[in-house]
Amino acid sequence: MTDSRSERPGGHDVVVSPVGVPAVVPVGAAADAVVSLSGVSVAYGSNVVLQGVDLAFGAGEITALLGANGAGKSTLIKALSGANARYGGEIRIGGEIVHLSSPVQARQLGISTVHQKVADGIVPGLSVAENLTLDDLAQASRHPLRRRRQALADARAALGTLGLDWSDAVLERDAATLPISDAQLLVLARALRSTPRLLILDEPTSALTAAEAERLFGVLRALRAQGLSIVYVSHRFGEIEALADRVVVLRDGLVQSVSSRPFAWHELLHDMLGRQTALDHDRGTAARGTDAVARLEGVVALPGSAPLDLEIRRGEVLGVLGLIGAGKTELAELLGGLAQPLAGSLSLEGAPYAPRRPSDAIRAGVVLVPEDRQRQGILPGWSVLRNITLPFLAESSALGLLRRRSERSRADTVIDTLSVVTAGPDALIDDLSGGNQQKVVVGRWLSAAPKLALLDEPFRGVDIAARREIGARLAALAADGAAAVVFSSDVDEILEVADRIVVLVAGRIELDRYADTVDRPTIIHAFLGETGSATPADSAAARATSTDPAATPATSATPADAGDPTSSTPESRPERTSS
Amino acid sequence: MSSTATAPPTRPAARTSSVGERVSGAVVKWGFVAVTALLILFFVVSEPNFRTVDNVFGMLKFIAPTAIAGLGVMLAMTVGGIDLSVGASAGFAVSIAAWTMVIANQVGGVAVSVVLVCGLLIGALNAFLIVVARIPDLLATLTTMFVIVGLKLIIVDGKSISSQMTLSNGTTAPGKFTADFLWLDRGSIGPVPIPVILFLLITVLLWFLLERTRWGRALFAVGTNAEAARLSGIRVQWYRTAAYMGCGLLASVAGLLLAARIGQGDVTAGNSLLLDAVAVALVGVSVLGIGRPNAWGTALGAVLIAVMVTGFTMAGLPYYAQDFGKGIVLLVALLFSFTFSRRRTVVTAGSTTSSA
Repeated sequence: MTDSRSERPGGHDVVVSPVGVPAVVPVGAAADAVVSLSGVSVAYGSNVVLQGVDLAFGAGEITALLGANGAGKSTLIKALSGANARYGGEIRIGGEIVHLSSPVQARQLGISTVHQKVADGIVPGLSVAENLTLDDLAQASRHPLRRRRQALADARAALGTLGLDWSDAVLERDAATLPISDAQLLVLARALRSTPRLLILDEPTSALTAAEAERLFGVLRALRAQGLSIVYVSHRFGEIEALADRVVVLRDGLVQSVSSRPFAWHELLHDMLGRQTALDHDRGTAARGTDAVARLEGVVALPGSAPLDLEIRRGEVLGVLGLIGAGKTELAELLGGLAQPLAGSLSLEGAPYAPRRPSDAIRAGVVLVPEDRQRQGILPGWSVLRNITLPFLAESSALGLLRRRSERSRADTVIDTLSVVTAGPDALIDDLSGGNQQKVVVGRWLSAAPKLALLDEPFRGVDIAARREIGARLAALAADGAAAVVFSSDVDEILEVADRIVVLVAGRIELDRYADTVDRPTIIHAFLGETGSATPADSAAARATSTDPAATPATSATPADAGDPTSSTPESRPERTSS
Repeated sequence: MSSTATAPPTRPAARTSSVGERVSGAVVKWGFVAVTALLILFFVVSEPNFRTVDNVFGMLKFIAPTAIAGLGVMLAMTVGGIDLSVGASAGFAVSIAAWTMVIANQVGGVAVSVVLVCGLLIGALNAFLIVVARIPDLLATLTTMFVIVGLKLIIVDGKSISSQMTLSNGTTAPGKFTADFLWLDRGSIGPVPIPVILFLLITVLLWFLLERTRWGRALFAVGTNAEAARLSGIRVQWYRTAAYMGCGLLASVAGLLLAARIGQGDVTAGNSLLLDAVAVALVGVSVLGIGRPNAWGTALGAVLIAVMVTGFTMAGLPYYAQDFGKGIVLLVALLFSFTFSRRRTVVTAGSTTSSA
């Protein structure tokens, strides 16, 4: 589009900007933009989640926002919807610089948002009509009494924008009794009441069936024709293919690329999952594991997915790659004793292994670094030392009495081996950066000398230096005769730390290779489900994963075809017969 | 579910402490101790009777049941909960002790055992409702409170039980409050009354348990982040259960002291204990700027209330002024804990829901 960006065939513009340096503002696009962002950044504490985003949203345009977990999508939406007023940079609406300080204000300025969880937008106990006119409740000018007629009229007007005509009986029902798809339309109609110029939809189809989604798409196309600018967040490539005019890929808080139709899905996936020209595999040849530490046989981790077999071998770091809903976390949790497999069996060093709770797993020598550090990992307000020794209170005590020296030496060891940057073991964990908090959490588990260490998304919000250190510790652990498994959705992370790579798609293993025998394109192919069998269209989880783009590169070659929603919506929906 | 996994905002890592911050830190830390000391100083100067040894022990003896029940509430708070049934448990203990001795004609030792077992059972009921039935702690213990009070009234026919009372069939009750039971209130070792000894003993025991043993650490871990504790291999539900049972036990000990003090099974006993006990535990959180439930803070909170009540009484203020004073003390304590303190205060009473 504009000068500063490289133009490629397929309309795929790449904006690769170095960390911390915002990409050049797409000036050309900003002129007629409804809403434009320049240098918008957000940091939570020392954790920079959005680093200088430049984007413009034009009228009558559907922009799909794509990005892996933690890429910054939610943060961007929060800033745009007024939910997070503490952003840096500029947001302009119709050319005017505004500061979005609250959702109400953002709505008044013309930005409406429909959040992912429809249920959160519905007040149960109030009627459908009252829910449709909910925003009026907060307005001082509203008539103090609840007026049934007025509410019905207003509600009908709101539904009119979507071309819907619901009967009085429906409008007077308790909104909680609406089917989810109608509730979705209700929330959408409400968002449109303020006649927004920009509408943000966060995963609007996650609870809808194919037919319901289709109905929604029809509505969205009509809105686009009326000149509304729509930001559409989704993980379903098929939907994006069917609906979007542009795709913006976010990664690590940066805009990786902005592309227009036809979409080059392989390129987009590269942008989303990490683009590095050379394999950054510091460790040379990948270690080869020996015998199995743990074995999964016929394990079903996701409802409806095919059973999988997996051998976790001694002496190697196994990287399990998968997008959201691929079954990574489920796999980690059933190995860590947080959940039981739906079918199949596990064994540990040849013996049957069926942990019923985390303490069983820990006793068996299996430790899990959980996905959500804040919620599942750290104890806020506690010292680094106490965070480290929590799982080892029995080892650090005699007759129940805690021995300070023992606690202290374990804490010092963890701090030293992982070079945790802290004022000391007695500093509060809250005062550490995200990366150092993660080093504490990882370090404490590795200090248990486990047989099997499971790390679920261990590098999220973690800087490169910390990632390197954690990776080095994992390699050392494996070299000492244990096994480590890193679960991640980031190809680069996995290529950096793993000896062996398994790609998981919809609870199924699509690829299982040693890292030095596989290249990035092969891995990306596996992500798209192109290596293995045809995708079964049966699992709910499959919808959230990358089964769709398997078909889309083909369809994108023929724009006419791509414009037809029926041919490019995911086959993975249970209701659909595949085309 | 999917894309919302960015970390919640954490406070900025860098922290520089200015003079103002250090002053406010000192106020948060020492404010409560200073207020107690000033209050004591004031009464020592203005009330000649205040400074006698008898009065000191008298005050501590007076506050001992409240303090012990407050320590129970403190224990429930360590796991992120609260127990509103402590007053009812104590009242139940009073009536059950009287019933055991007077109606069932048993000795004091039996009464004590029965009461302690009842206390544990009440705690177990609370734990069951909260841990197994997953009723929020506030509601569960509120329900227990009603059930226990009602059960007590059913058992004693709604009447206070006293020695040699006339029963409904016209006969005189066979038993009486035995001397060994009354010793719980009237006895002393050296100059120190038994209730004061129990108060101090329990405080020290709980302090030791919470601050020096791994079980105490685990209790706090459950209260701070139950999910992280569970993933660390801590049996979260066991610790929750233990905390509520401990609380029930302490509430019944408080009831025993009340029964021994009153010398009869007063059905209204324990009614006012709940608010004082919760207040004392909340004050304990703020004392010394600790920001979490702790034994010595709770004890100090109890002492502060004792000083205030005794001083007010000596100064001739009406009894209803005492509640006002207690309310102000609690308000100040909560301001220290939640408003002025820069540290995260870990009292999540009423907000905990048990994880599966």
